[in-house]
Amino acid sequence: MQKLGDFKLPPFFNYPPYFTLQPVRDTREKQIQLWKELILDYCKTQKIFIIGLEEEFPLFANPVIERSLTHEARETFLSALVSEGRAEWLDKGRRKCLILWHRIQDWADIIVNFVKDNAFEDGVLTVEEIRSGIESRGTELYGLDRIILMRALKLLEHKGKLAIFKGTSTDDEGVKFSI
Amino acid sequence: MAGDHLPLAELTSSGRPVLLPSEIECSFLSNVELESENSANFSVRLKSGLLILTTHRLIWLPPNPVPPGSKGCYVPLAAVSHIVSKKSMKSMFASPRLSFQVSVGPDGRVDTKSLVRGSRSIVMTAVMRGKGDVDSFVAKFWENWRGRAWERDNEELGSSSSVKSGHESGSGSGGFDSTGMRMVGVAGILRREQEIWESTDKSLHDAFQDLNALMSKAKEMVMLAEKMRLKLLSGSSQAGAANNEEMGSKEEMQDWLLSVGIISPVTKESAGALYHQQLSRQLADFVKFPLERSGGMINLIDIYCLFNRARGTELISPEDLLRACSLWDKFDVPVMLRKFDSGVMVIQNKSYRDEEVFARIKTLVTKPDTLRMGISASDAALTLGIAPAMAKEHLLTAESQGLLCRDVSPDGFRFYVNLFPEIISDDLYVVQHHGVYAMWNTIVSSA
Repeated sequence: MQKLGDFKLPPFFNYPPYFTLQPVRDTREKQIQLWKELILDYCKTQKIFIIGLEEEFPLFANPVIERSLTHEARETFLSALVSEGRAEWLDKGRRKCLILWHRIQDWADIIVNFVKDNAFEDGVLTVEEIRSGIESRGTELYGLDRIILMRALKLLEHKGKLAIFKGTSTDDEGVKFSI
Repeated sequence: MAGDHLPLAELTSSGRPVLLPSEIECSFLSNVELESENSANFSVRLKSGLLILTTHRLIWLPPNPVPPGSKGCYVPLAAVSHIVSKKSMKSMFASPRLSFQVSVGPDGRVDTKSLVRGSRSIVMTAVMRGKGDVDSFVAKFWENWRGRAWERDNEELGSSSSVKSGHESGSGSGGFDSTGMRMVGVAGILRREQEIWESTDKSLHDAFQDLNALMSKAKEMVMLAEKMRLKLLSGSSQAGAANNEEMGSKEEMQDWLLSVGIISPVTKESAGALYHQQLSRQLADFVKFPLERSGGMINLIDIYCLFNRARGTELISPEDLLRACSLWDKFDVPVMLRKFDSGVMVIQNKSYRDEEVFARIKTLVTKPDTLRMGISASDAALTLGIAPAMAKEHLLTAESQGLLCRDVSPDGFRFYVNLFPEIISDDLYVVQHHGVYAMWNTIVSSA
């Protein structure tokens, strides 16, 4: 089985038409579906949060059959993820795409569970501690993209479960939980 | 009924008259009535049909759509004993008429052999109610009747005198001699100018005479080819299970000869307003053979070339071809024009089914090599025995129906069998045991 790093590639990764944007509707829908699944799977296992359209992305090329996705195809597949809420464009020019293999709501739930597990229900943590502290090591939160984390925290703040405040040092923000 | 008295005209499936070996159509008039004078046992009343003048016959065809019981028939020019030209003041108001005497045998039938004893003459009249150049029709009628082309048929082919004699008669007008009378002054200058002009005219005329000779030679060639084809045809049926190789070369020879030419091409000059209609019918007859060879569908461009090659000197324009094809909708012909989404136009049999081609494409793309490498339009063209442009159309149609999908890369544009429907999106790693996806997977992973 072909691999990309430690990621196992599906058999159809060697099927040349998989890399050409199909013009026929039914075929194209299925193709997009397969790409969406594969992108999410890959990003999840490799902990990739942002795909730059103009940068090299290993999944978008198959050197074995010498095929790669065109810019149009990449944008099409990522846009399909965006329309399902599984990704977001970070800029108007659609050059960077945030991949949400967990939706923002799911990330918020993970944060709540993390806070409960570590008995921080009324505690205070910095944003940076949540994504790289000792407690988060070994959880999905470890190494989480800051943009996604902030979105999830804002969602929780909106629900009254925490308050975000500026810390004394300017380089970080603090979070006061009240779950 | 007309058929009782006049011989019936044999028609092709597209409704064009079947012509005699060296017969040529010269002029067409629509909306013509053909009737005879009242007589004891001879009566013809044919309403508003198409009148075709050929070198051998005057053919009357029923209008379109054909009224029940109405059939095409003809008067052999050989049976015409006299042409009556009527030019009266009346013709300014009434429809133009053309009368001629026809010899009728004792049995009340128009006689092909005008010298049979006991025949009598009947006056027949054609009333031209339609628009069209009646004068030129009448002139042609005279010309053809005097030309007696039917007599020449009986002579041996090789004798070139038969061809020459037809043209010698028309060339007498150039020799106008200047009687030696002395002309001076302005009149003299004018006279000299006239002479110079006439001599130029004569040399031009001679030049065209050569061209005519060339064209009649071309006609001879076509006739020769036709004759040889018939000989080969009868020869091969007799030989039976003779030498296979010989048979092959004979067949090839036949094909060659068959594609040599159309003896009587429909021209604007002969058909006038009916040009496209007649061209359309002739084309429908013509495409049958090339269609058969190319599996029921052929590119319009290919037909354009083949058709014009067969016509030889009377070339048609692409627009004429297109118009002729579009008119097929209106006639009952077995062929049709088809336009693909890409704009490519083809001619195909009405009985043609895409499914057959798709079935062939399907077998083609599931072969081990094609499973792995896909096929290009030119590969498909070779395997299916069709033109690359057509092969591409078929592949694109098959793609649009979900049978194939495409692969565009620096290597080119290729098609693969469509595996997408078989791939399960819930589990990307599953390959079901049966199906094309499994076949493909085995072949690709073993390579």
